[in-house]
Amino acid sequence: MCLAIPGKIESIELQYDGRVRMAKVLFGGIVKEASLEMLPDADIGDYVLVHVGVAISKVDEEEAKKTFKYIKEIGELGDLVDTEDYLPKDVPPEKK
Amino acid sequence: MKFLSEYRDPVLAKEYLKEIEKTVTQKWSIMEVCGGQTHTLVKNGIIDMLPKEVEMIHGPGCPVCVTPLHLIDKAIYLALEKSVILCSFGDMLRVPGSEKSLLEAKAEGGDIRILYSPLEAVTIAEQNPDKEVVFFAVGFETTAPANALSVLHAYRKKLKNYSILASHVLVPPAIENVMEDPDSNIHGFLAAGHVCTIMGNFEYYPLVEKYNVPIVVTGFEPLDVLQGILMVVKQLEEGKAEVENQYSRIVREEGNEEAQKVIFEVFEVTDRLWRGMEVIPMSGYKVKEKYKEFDAALKYDVQIEEAEENQDCIAGEIMKGIKKPFECPEFGKKCKPTNPLGAPMVSSEGACAAYFHYSGLIET
Ligand code: SF4
Repeated sequence: MCLAIPGKIESIELQYDGRVRMAKVLFGGIVKEASLEMLPDADIGDYVLVHVGVAISKVDEEEAKKTFKYIKEIGELGDLVDTEDYLPKDVPPEKK
Repeated sequence: MKFLSEYRDPVLAKEYLKEIEKTVTQKWSIMEVCGGQTHTLVKNGIIDMLPKEVEMIHGPGCPVCVTPLHLIDKAIYLALEKSVILCSFGDMLRVPGSEKSLLEAKAEGGDIRILYSPLEAVTIAEQNPDKEVVFFAVGFETTAPANALSVLHAYRKKLKNYSILASHVLVPPAIENVMEDPDSNIHGFLAAGHVCTIMGNFEYYPLVEKYNVPIVVTGFEPLDVLQGILMVVKQLEEGKAEVENQYSRIVREEGNEEAQKVIFEVFEVTDRLWRGMEVIPMSGYKVKEKYKEFDAALKYDVQIEEAEENQDCIAGEIMKGIKKPFECPEFGKKCKPTNPLGAPMVSSEGACAAYFHYSGLIET
């Protein structure tokens, strides 16, 4: 749960009477909402590191892609999907 | 070197390894504080590839593992006895409390929900005005902005039915605690990159000065960890003790100041009990007076004492780096991820889980 996952900002919506910027961020095929409150200058098309629903740092595209690939390989994208089904297993993710 | 092909750049990985071998002349113990780095070391076989002089000691950087028993018991109590909607990260689900885990409480009918983000818990509170919603807010500094933000969102929406059960821990006091422990003998540290993305590097300067140990801010991928180890070894061999930043492609010296603003709007530093360890002074965050209506610890004033850890579990020694998981008599026997005796066997950052899955010690 401590990893920050890189994704691309698809769209930005203002919430809370226009005070708060919330983004739709694309991670591979998955879209999640993330707050941009910690990154005032992040914009549509930027790559950002997102940790539990909050974008914490901008990253360049190449870095974002490499890191995303690594996180996918080690089976740590689980935080993003099927959280209701989360259960630890007695076998490593790649041996499933 | 069976795992090297998986690296971003296997050639570079080999070069780092060679360089470490060339540089090292004597035995050094280096602690990686972050559990994510522990997994990288074990999973990618780096532990076995390092020269024998370099011993990696696994640190307490697993927020799920150090969340004290009484808070898990309290979360379960709130779900079962107070009928709140108890929300948490998936990693917490199987962690044993004194009698049961959140998963078992869920099976007994508790409304326990696993979320990706604490901000989703605020939405649940909004949609369920007749129910109380509590988010079990565990984490290191990396997670603090999100948890703090959930409080701010609830405050802005004037919600009366949202609160967080905060179990926040901080890295620098943990390093200090390790250095003060007479049983530990650590020569250098890899600090956690994502923590520093938020907090910056400046908290580490007093530590390198006080304890004369190198601290290298390091990322979590295999190449990052290898380079971080090389940087620590170089400093040690040269007799230096400095703060260095291996992860400068992400971590800025000053961190993310907007995130720090949000953290300190909502939280203040407090003493905190680390499961298996002890109360470490000024080592966690609690909700500030201004936002006390969002503090589940105050809102539900039930006294739950810290219980005894399962007698067979040596998680405390594991978390302090005094013992390795395979030195625990129950490792892989009574204790497995699906039937954990202690927290480090469950979490995706726990050292026992890392060794169980990836060390090759357990046949699956
Ligand atoms: S292997 Fe299990 S029982 Fe042993 S220290 Fe780790 S969590 Fe505790």
